[in-house]
Amino acid sequence: MTWTAEDIQHWLKQFADQIHEHKDELTDLDQKIGDGDHGINMARGVKEMNKLFDEKTFATPGELFKAVAMVYIGKIGGASGPLYGSAMMKMASSAGTQETLSDKELIDALKAGKTAIEQRGKASVGEKTMVDVWVPLLQKFDGSDVDWNAFSDEADELKAKTKEMHAKKGRAAYLGARSVGHIDPGSASSALFFQTLAATARERG
Amino acid sequence: MKKLMNDVDQIVDEMLNGMVAAHPQALKRVDGTTVVVRKDAPVNGKVGVVSGGGSGHEPAHGGFVGKGMLDGAIAGEVFTSPTPDQVFEAIKAVDGGAGVLLVIKNYTGDVMNFEMAGEMAEAEGISVKQVVVNDDVAVEDSSFTSGRRGIAGTIFVHKIAGAAAEDGKSLDEVQQIAEGVIKNVKSMGMSLHPCTVPAAGKPGFELDDNEMEIGTGIHGEPGTERTALKPAKEIAQILFDKIHEDMKLESGEEIAVMINGLGATPLMELYVMNHTVADILKQHGLHVTETIVGEYMTSLEMAGASLSILRLDETRKKYLAAEADTTAFKR
Repeated sequence: MTWTAEDIQHWLKQFADQIHEHKDELTDLDQKIGDGDHGINMARGVKEMNKLFDEKTFATPGELFKAVAMVYIGKIGGASGPLYGSAMMKMASSAGTQETLSDKELIDALKAGKTAIEQRGKASVGEKTMVDVWVPLLQKFDGSDVDWNAFSDEADELKAKTKEMHAKKGRAAYLGARSVGHIDPGSASSALFFQTLAATARERG
Repeated sequence: MKKLMNDVDQIVDEMLNGMVAAHPQALKRVDGTTVVVRKDAPVNGKVGVVSGGGSGHEPAHGGFVGKGMLDGAIAGEVFTSPTPDQVFEAIKAVDGGAGVLLVIKNYTGDVMNFEMAGEMAEAEGISVKQVVVNDDVAVEDSSFTSGRRGIAGTIFVHKIAGAAAEDGKSLDEVQQIAEGVIKNVKSMGMSLHPCTVPAAGKPGFELDDNEMEIGTGIHGEPGTERTALKPAKEIAQILFDKIHEDMKLESGEEIAVMINGLGATPLMELYVMNHTVADILKQHGLHVTETIVGEYMTSLEMAGASLSILRLDETRKKYLAAEADTTAFKR
């Protein structure tokens, strides 16, 4: 499909709805292996993002990503704020001033976001972080002819796979082997991020 | 959950207002931020020392703002790192032209947010250096993980780096002295009872009446090991042994000691811990030149304590003893 700023706003609003719906679940996951605030922080961030959407309209996807980046960096806090915020910032640069994005261009922007997360978090695949969803998912789907159902299922499976991983980054790393058996909360919110993207593509594409 | 609060979303803001209202001669808030700075900030020509982190560790860090320690402190949401824009505001508010040192506890989020703030400040022409405190020996240090956490040993960094800055040392020198403290301070904590993050409404973990958790972090993160409750002297021995294993203290060395309460442990029990720790240190022939007992780096209403040991040299000894006038620590 062709993504306008309004389509992207629709996606991110759905993401916000899903974060609110899964807020307690994300916090519970984080209580098991982290510091128990992931759902709370993400909910605060997307609530502010929705306020932004109520107040402003955006001409281009790039402009929207940049404004959302500032909200995430300034309102989420913890590790998730800089990670999601840095991703959005790089997505803004990748999207540039184009009025619309093709599937391929949107996936390219997400790939730029993925690189920002890897750099800011200094994490790699297999360390039980959100990278375990972002990297393999965007490797598998390069943007030409995306099967959005498969995209959504893959995001969910990648999230589930973090359950058996031994955390090496983030606060869960301090638990060592005790982190095994719990899904990584950052991967869980990332799965929602990509699943709502796929849902928007299916609905509007 | 039972807490003295009004609106859970306003808990940090209301705490900061209350803190400043209690010490109007010493502290001021930077308008529209969660930053507290010393009343006379910025101090012209002096290196600014700034720290911060999630709230819920009071008196850390706002309680250590004042002459001879921190110039400013940033309070994040409860147990959540403050955001880069807030840290940037603190840097701007305390920069007296000699640069600013950021004292960061080693948590993924804190390091990222403070680094981003440092980049913002550098872009505006303010010199910023940072140190990352990682004194918790409960977690293994490995290049494959995020490394060790920063806990109560951070207070020694505030004290000594703050005194060095007050003494007119340059930014590079203050950073170097702070690094020296970090290399020579180790801590280990334990808990008897978990804590509840106000917005979460339930405890971070559960402990039975006859259980304790060893190696607990200061955010209610479960510890590294759960065992049956033991007498204080055995607990003190476990904490000391783990620290000693890492520091390899030698008989005759001069050290400073901190017994830090995690929020819900009475001073009576902290003194019992100190009594038993003092015995152990004596057996090892260690010379304790300074003992600090009390609540300095708490974890909401968690019950338990941490032990920190700082190896001293002439510089650290001098700056530890130097004058400090903050609301939570005076010398």
